[in-house]
Amino acid sequence: MKRYEVMYFFREGIRGVFLHGFTSFAAVSVIAACLLIMGSFSLIAVNIDRIIEELRNQNKILVVVNESLSRAEAQSIGTRINRTIDNIEELEFIPKETALENYREQLGEQGNILEGIEDERNPLRDRYLIQLHDVSLMRETIERLEGIAGVEFAAASFEVSEFILSTRSIVKAVSYTLIIMLLGVSVFIISNTVKLATFDRREEIGIMRVVGATYAFIRWPFVIEGFLLGLTGAALGFFLQWSVYSSLTRMVNGLIPSFNMSPFDDLMIIVLLLFTGFGFVVGVLGSVLTIRKFLRV
Amino acid sequence: MVRLIDVYKQYDNGTKALRGITARIDDGEFVFLVGPSGSGKSTIIKLLTSELRPTEGKVLVNGFNVGIIRRGDIPKLRRTLGVIFQDFRLIEKRSVYENVAFAMRVVGAPPRDIRVRVPFVLELVGLAHKARRRPFELSGGEQQRVAIARALINNPKLIIADEPTGNLDPARSLEIMTILNKINSLGTTVVTVTHESELVNRFAKRVIAIDGGRVISDRTGGYFAR
Ligand SMILES: Nc1ncnc2c1ncn2[C@@H]1O[C@H](COP(=O)(O)OP(=O)(O)OP(=O)(O)O)[C@@H](O)[C@H]1O
Ligand SMILES: [Mg+2]
Repeated sequence: MKRYEVMYFFREGIRGVFLHGFTSFAAVSVIAACLLIMGSFSLIAVNIDRIIEELRNQNKILVVVNESLSRAEAQSIGTRINRTIDNIEELEFIPKETALENYREQLGEQGNILEGIEDERNPLRDRYLIQLHDVSLMRETIERLEGIAGVEFAAASFEVSEFILSTRSIVKAVSYTLIIMLLGVSVFIISNTVKLATFDRREEIGIMRVVGATYAFIRWPFVIEGFLLGLTGAALGFFLQWSVYSSLTRMVNGLIPSFNMSPFDDLMIIVLLLFTGFGFVVGVLGSVLTIRKFLRV
Repeated sequence: MVRLIDVYKQYDNGTKALRGITARIDDGEFVFLVGPSGSGKSTIIKLLTSELRPTEGKVLVNGFNVGIIRRGDIPKLRRTLGVIFQDFRLIEKRSVYENVAFAMRVVGAPPRDIRVRVPFVLELVGLAHKARRRPFELSGGEQQRVAIARALINNPKLIIADEPTGNLDPARSLEIMTILNKINSLGTTVVTVTHESELVNRFAKRVIAIDGGRVISDRTGGYFAR
């Protein structure tokens, strides 16, 4: 391929973009809109997943040791728990003194109601805090924990854990379905947009064929046009996504200050890569596949 | 050179457009292809440009065998041809100059050659002064001259025209035929379909008459030569 040929392909590709201004505008808008919708859903899913992960980490089982046990005996129960139950990700021994200290801290200003309750009159008992591998087995695990000698009781908030589990699976299912649907819709719309652009030029293509242009030669300007449209759409989508996500972050932070959304800066590179990749594939593939039909005969 | 050897063409819908055509056109000839509507003239033209393949028989054009030509060789065959249509087929969004230059660009000609060749060919068809115009700013005859310039631009061995004067008044038709005759006198073979007996008689060239998909007469002279 000679230099002037490459220049010709680019000139024609760019000319095509501007000559069919409305179709180009439509294609770019459609690509950007699809990316924005898919991107927003994915980013929301990412954040929900993150909250869930955080909640899950907070949702631990409390195992309280029998009052009559000595400190050494209480500590040995940890080994027994580890040996008999394999659904344990993390096991933390908390002596009753530390538990009281934590309690005081949690109470904060109201901590003074614990005034006079010192270590020797500590009503709390030694305990374990257990983080599970598989939260869905929480109920069984608690029953088995209570079966271990020396364990007074084991407890967790079932409502929270069940809520977490069902929310997570719903969010996953909904966002995957939506993303797949939108992907299908956007490929369809884009290929139709490209089809329109190509249809617009079937005469030109016919003339190129009559004068003996090779198939590759006819195709190149369209490929470049598709490439330019795809990338422009991706860039537009990226900046829209940026501003939409940023304002969403501000809104959420205003409503629920305790919840930190992942900052866009952390997601920027991956969003940019995915958007560009999508724009490239959809633009180039859309034009190549559509042009093929016109090149037959 | 063109050779048609016992050529049959049946369309997919069963229409038998050609029923045993044999003809030979040598380099440098000027040939009128005449016949009633539906007799198969356009079908022959489409075989020559490799738009169609024969159902039976052999079609040889400038050394290519159209019946068995590979897809990738079709552009090579077409580069040896210049094709002219009744409806001009110009690109409305490009200037006269660009319409002609386009045919050189798409076959990968260097820009330097294009800058030299396009003005030369536009001069030949008498349109050098309208190079910057768009097709819709030209008369029918002028548009057809642009199409002729485009057909000539890559210096083809053979010019094929399917009713090039079909949309023009008699004076414009004469003008177009005169240009084709001039091109022929410069050494290019010309095959042109026409309905206009006056033109045929006036130029007194070889006339191949087709009817019902067969050659019914092949003589030099007037339209009704038999
Ligand atoms: N694509 C096609 N499919 C089926 N039949 C066709 C097709 N093209 C032409 N025919 C038929 O083949 C026959 C020859 O058609 P052709 O176009 O070659 O005629 P023609 O001599 O060019 O006529 P005209 O002077 O009207 O242009 C006609 O009966 C026509 O109806
Ligand atoms: Mg015809």
